[in-house]
Amino acid sequence: MKTKTWIVLGALSIGQAVWTLPAAAAAGSVIEALAAIKNVGPQGQGTAAAQGAWKRLSKEPPSVLPEVLTAMDGANDYSLNWLRSAVDTIAGTADGRLPLRELNRFLENTAHHPRARRLAYELIQRADPDGARRMLAAFLNDPSNELRRDAVATVLTEAGAAQGGGKKDEAVAAYRRALNHARDIDQIESAAKALRDLGQTVDLQQTFGWLTRWKLVAPFNNVAGVGFEKAFAPEHNADLGAEYESMTGKVRWQDYETKSEYGLVDFNKPFTQLKGAGGYALGEFYSDKAQTMELRLGCKNAWKIWLNGQYLFGREEYHRGAEIDQYRLRAELKPGRNTILVKCLQNEQKEEWTVEWEFQLRITDAQGTPILSSK
Amino acid sequence: MKFLSILTIGATLAALTLTAANWTQFRGPQGSGVSDDTLVPTQLDAKAISWSVGLPGRGLSSPIIIGDRVFVTCSSGPKQDRLHVLCFDASKGSLRWERQFWATGRTMAHEKTSVAAPTPASDGERVFAFFSSNDCVALDLDGNLLWYRGLGRDFPNASNSLGMSSSLVTADGVLVAQVENDSESFTAGLDARTGDTRWKLDRPKKANWTSPVLLTEPAGKTVVVLQSTQGITGVEPMSGKVLWEYSEGASSVPSTAVSGGRLFVPSQGLTVLEPVAAGQPLKQVWRSGQLRPGTSSPVVVGDKLFSLNDGGVLSCGEASTGTRLWQLRLKGPFSASPIAAGNHLYCISEKGVAQVIDISKPEGLVVSEFDLGATNVLGTPSIAQGALFLRSENRLWKFGRRTGAD
Repeated sequence: MKTKTWIVLGALSIGQAVWTLPAAAAAGSVIEALAAIKNVGPQGQGTAAAQGAWKRLSKEPPSVLPEVLTAMDGANDYSLNWLRSAVDTIAGTADGRLPLRELNRFLENTAHHPRARRLAYELIQRADPDGARRMLAAFLNDPSNELRRDAVATVLTEAGAAQGGGKKDEAVAAYRRALNHARDIDQIESAAKALRDLGQTVDLQQTFGWLTRWKLVAPFNNVAGVGFEKAFAPEHNADLGAEYESMTGKVRWQDYETKSEYGLVDFNKPFTQLKGAGGYALGEFYSDKAQTMELRLGCKNAWKIWLNGQYLFGREEYHRGAEIDQYRLRAELKPGRNTILVKCLQNEQKEEWTVEWEFQLRITDAQGTPILSSK
Repeated sequence: MKFLSILTIGATLAALTLTAANWTQFRGPQGSGVSDDTLVPTQLDAKAISWSVGLPGRGLSSPIIIGDRVFVTCSSGPKQDRLHVLCFDASKGSLRWERQFWATGRTMAHEKTSVAAPTPASDGERVFAFFSSNDCVALDLDGNLLWYRGLGRDFPNASNSLGMSSSLVTADGVLVAQVENDSESFTAGLDARTGDTRWKLDRPKKANWTSPVLLTEPAGKTVVVLQSTQGITGVEPMSGKVLWEYSEGASSVPSTAVSGGRLFVPSQGLTVLEPVAAGQPLKQVWRSGQLRPGTSSPVVVGDKLFSLNDGGVLSCGEASTGTRLWQLRLKGPFSASPIAAGNHLYCISEKGVAQVIDISKPEGLVVSEFDLGATNVLGTPSIAQGALFLRSENRLWKFGRRTGAD
């Protein structure tokens, strides 16, 4: 009996081993493929290994999709695209066999990569459009900007309906909710306009979170664009008490506070409409802790930026257009006072659309939520 | 040996057949905008529509056609940072597959243009899609990813806040991507198979929306021709070596046309250049201020040259001398470049009016005019398999004979 039992157990174990081997091998293969794809980096680095891995991965069944989506956590922008196209390819062969329960569980976990979660949502939406629509309300404060956007759009629609139905208080409350949660500029502007049309006050400057108080000094020579490369004195010594040689003689820092709803720091106002000139703006931002944030700049002139004396980025492009959050720069803020130095250069174009010599700047988290100076 | 020769001849013939039937890049396989297809409808109307489909985003890239597949790009999302590559069945218009990517570079662009402005290219085996964000993706014809390059991410100052639009060309196994702008300006030669950078050439720091073209020199060597505000540069595809330069300036918007081994360059009006000997500077054949193109690129059909100016006037000139022969006012304005099949020129206005001109008539004759009912039509149409393919900002049409599969 004992021998028989051992034989049966042995046979079962072998059977189980035979049955689980392919699954284990497949799992191992998926893990290896995902690792190879996540090694893709700048300049096409890692492509050779990723090509084979992608090919293997894309032949996996739809049940592997949550695992591929999970691999997006911590992936760089290059490998995200490799993973995304694997998801598209696998899902394209799913024929209604999407693992909806697992995808829903994945979506619920806000720690996952926002783009991966949005992708999971779209897969669910493909199989169950009505169910996906019903989920939207829960995304009003979601880390995924795209999910949040759809939720805000729903609230804006509700607000519009309330307004159309003469329910002003309800409409105002809904528009306020949309304004508070919106991160996309068009939705912020849409909610703000609707509120103002309803007689409400909206502080757009604060909503966007612009840095409004600056010290400015100008003009420095930028004839023939020489000022972009030339490091004028404020770059070496941004001492607020200093006096510098400029195009027009000795100049000092002067106070500037923008009243613009869009936070525009306009050099033309204190320095007149100069051409072939550059200026500096010095701002400060108090952070209650060390944190990684984003400096978000809009500027149609050439510019350079330093944070706490450290050069971040610069761009030599004039009058090709400006928009809010045109440039997003990673900023390591230190606790206490941080200084932001912006160099803004005007060229010598004469067309009427080249008058602007200005920039706008705010500090936000990665999602675009403004972070205000603690002091 | 004999067997190998037969195989080689067979492969060459197959490649030639493939090339003739396909429209592999911006303005066709030769980059000339001219097709020898005689079956393309000349009466564009609702009855001539074989199919039309909506697109999931915006774009002005041309469709390209490989066999029974039509490839088109577009971008979507509030920041236009979703990049789409779509493949449609050319006969039925049904979607075969779609791939999406997230832009790794900047997607800001003037509202008139789009992130999906550059036209994709194909070497017959692969499709290469390029976007204003300088993301470049290689897929096989079934949509399998072969490689991905984020040139806008690799070189974060290589961008244009108005948007970029240079289309791709392939030559000698190299994909040429022009990334020219006011700041970090370059052209890259990428290995078509691996995506590796074969070469990177510094280019004038000036915004540039033109597309490269290919010139076959008298000795049979292919040269990539780059255009910028400074002029024209001939580059060896494999190495990126500069072979010759023409430095009398050129436009940054309409691109050069190639025909009969000559370059018709939007430079000081229009300047025609021809190679003398391999590696030697080009010789000027003629120059005309009367044939200056506007936004659309010129096209050469047989012995005639056509250019559209910003006022919507089509000028016809003698390709050999530059003598202007006639002018015809069309319903403009135009951004799309005219293309030709047989004796007909296809001009699509920004307002979506497709106009067919019989260019064999002494003064040119508009033989068909069809309002697509769409606005912001900026994409240059394409021709393949007896059909005209054109796209608006968000829709794709096929005009052509219906096949049994339709």
